[in-house]
Amino acid sequence: MSVRTFATDTAIVLERELRPVTRDPFSVVFSMIQPLIFLGLFTPLLAGVTGLSTADSLQSFVPGILVMSCLVGTSMTGSNLQAEMMTGSHERLLVSPLDRSAQLAGRALKEIVPVLVQALIIVAVTVPFGFRLAPAGLVVGLALLAVTAIGLGSLSYALALAVRDQQWAFWAVQQTLLFPLLLLAGVLLPLESGPGWMRAAATVNPLHYLVDAERALFAGDVLDRVVVGGVVAAALTAALGLWVGTRAMSRAT
Amino acid sequence: MIPMNLIEARELTRSFGSVQAVQGLDLDVAEGELVAFLGPNGAGKSTSLRMLTTLLSPTSGTATVAGCDIATDPAGVRRRIGYVGQGNGAGHTQRVLDELVGQGRAYGLRRRDAHARATELLGALQLEALAGRKVQTLSGGQRRRLDVALGLVHRPPLLFLDEPSTGLDPQSRANLWDHVLRLRAEHGMTVFLTTHYLDEADTMAERVLVMDAGRVIADDTADRLKSKHVGERVVVRAATPAGAARLAAAIGPVATDVTVDDRTLTARVEDGPAALPALLRAEPEVAVEAAEVRRATLDDVFLALTGRSLRETATTPTETPEA
Repeated sequence: MSVRTFATDTAIVLERELRPVTRDPFSVVFSMIQPLIFLGLFTPLLAGVTGLSTADSLQSFVPGILVMSCLVGTSMTGSNLQAEMMTGSHERLLVSPLDRSAQLAGRALKEIVPVLVQALIIVAVTVPFGFRLAPAGLVVGLALLAVTAIGLGSLSYALALAVRDQQWAFWAVQQTLLFPLLLLAGVLLPLESGPGWMRAAATVNPLHYLVDAERALFAGDVLDRVVVGGVVAAALTAALGLWVGTRAMSRAT
Repeated sequence: MIPMNLIEARELTRSFGSVQAVQGLDLDVAEGELVAFLGPNGAGKSTSLRMLTTLLSPTSGTATVAGCDIATDPAGVRRRIGYVGQGNGAGHTQRVLDELVGQGRAYGLRRRDAHARATELLGALQLEALAGRKVQTLSGGQRRRLDVALGLVHRPPLLFLDEPSTGLDPQSRANLWDHVLRLRAEHGMTVFLTTHYLDEADTMAERVLVMDAGRVIADDTADRLKSKHVGERVVVRAATPAGAARLAAAIGPVATDVTVDDRTLTARVEDGPAALPALLRAEPEVAVEAAEVRRATLDDVFLALTGRSLRETATTPTETPEA
C-alpha cells in the first residue's frame, strides 16, 4: 500500500464523513448543548464560590469547557459508525478496496471540524463577557484540541467496532468514562483542592495536561512549561487512538 | 476463450466458538454462471459469502475469487468483485448521487469518471429522480436498487448478492430482478446469491446449491434437483375405489411410489405430462373425476434431502451468530 493510496483513500473517506456535517450543521451544535449548559449555569456558581469576577472565572473555566466540548463530541462519534454498522454501509466500505487504516483515519480527521467550530463558537460567546485571549495562544490551543480530537474520535470508533451492534454497551462505556475524565482533568473545579489520590489519578489523564495547557495558552503564556505537557498529552492521545482504532478497523468483519 | 472459474473454494470452514457455521465447502463457479445458495436461516449461506468476499477469514481451507486468493490477496478480491450485502450499503444521512460518486472514487475512478458512471447507473436502475435525495427518505425497493447500483460501479465481472430481495414487496422484488438480469445479460456478469426464497432460487438461478447445517447437500439445476430427488407425481381421483385400483395397476410399470388412498391414486413418474394421458387412454372405462400432474418444488427437494420443510425452518430463528 503506497502513501498516495492511503492519502487518496483518507481524503475520500473524510469527504464522505464531512458531507452530512456541512449539509446539516445543526448536528455540530447538538453535542455542544452540554458544554454550553455548564458554561451558562456553572460559571456563576464558580464566581460565587471563589469570589472571582465573571471575567476571571471565565478565564479559567472556558479553556476547560473547550476540552469538555472536544471530549463530549468526539466520544459520541462512534455511535455514527455503529449506525452505519447496523444499516450495512460500513460493511459495503469494508468490502471496497478503500484501505482499512484510511477508513479509520478519514473518519478520525473529520472530528477536527466540529471540534474547531464548537471551540470558536464558545470563544465568540464568552469574549463579550470578559474572556480574554491571546491570538498566538488561540492558534496553538485550537491545534492541540484538533490533535486530541483525532485520538479521542479514533477511540470512540474503536469502542463502536468492539461492541458491534450493542448500542447500550457503547453508551454505557462512553457515559461511564466521560465524567471521571472531565473531573480528573480539572475542568469543573481545580484539582489542587482535591485529595491526594485524585491528584494522583489525574496524572495519568491526558486531558488534565491538556486543560492546563489550554489555560496557559489562552492567558498568552505560549512558552509556559505546561504547554509542553499539553502537546505531549495531545500527541500521545492521537497516537494511542490511531493505533487502537486502526487495529480495530483492520480486524473488522 | 475457455471459461475460467471465478470462484474456487476448497474445504472452506468457519466456526464461531463451538458452532461450525460452514463445514468443508468445496465450490467451483465458472464465468457467466448464475448460482444461488438456498437454505434456511443459519444454514451457513451468509457466512460462506462473507468468507468469499473477504469480510470474514476462514477457520481453515482456501479459496480463489476472481483469480485472487482470499487470504493472501484480499485487496485484489475486493477490487474485482461487486458486493450487495443484506443491509443497505448507502449511508442513511448521505445523498444518493454522493454515495454513488464516492463509491466510484473508492474503486479508483477519477471524480469526473465517477460522476459519469454514477449518472449512468442512476439511469439504468431508474433512480435519476432520486439523485439529490437523502437515502433515509427512499423506499425499501429504491434503496435496494441503489445497493445494486453501488455494487456495479466498477463493472465487476462477479457480483455477490446476499439475500437481495428479503423484505421487499412482490412488485419491488420483480422489478429488482428485472434490473439484475438485464445488467447481467448486458455485461456477461457472473452472479452468486443467497436466498431463502424458494421461488427466487427456482426461477432466477441456473444452478442451485442447497445448504443445510453448514454443508452443501445438493448442487444442480433446479429442474434436475427436482427430477432426481422428488420427480413428478400423477394424481388421479376416480369415481370409485375399484377404479383407482385399476389405474394403479395400469401405471405400475412406469411409476415408482404408487399409493391409493380411497379413490385417489398418487404415482411418482419421470414424465408426468406424458404419463397422465397415456394412463387415461389405457383405462378408458374407468370413470375419472379429476386428474393433475404435480411438479416438484424446491421445498419438496429440501424435504426429501433433510426430512424438514424449508418453509418451516425458514421462519425459525437460529442460534448461529451472525458475524
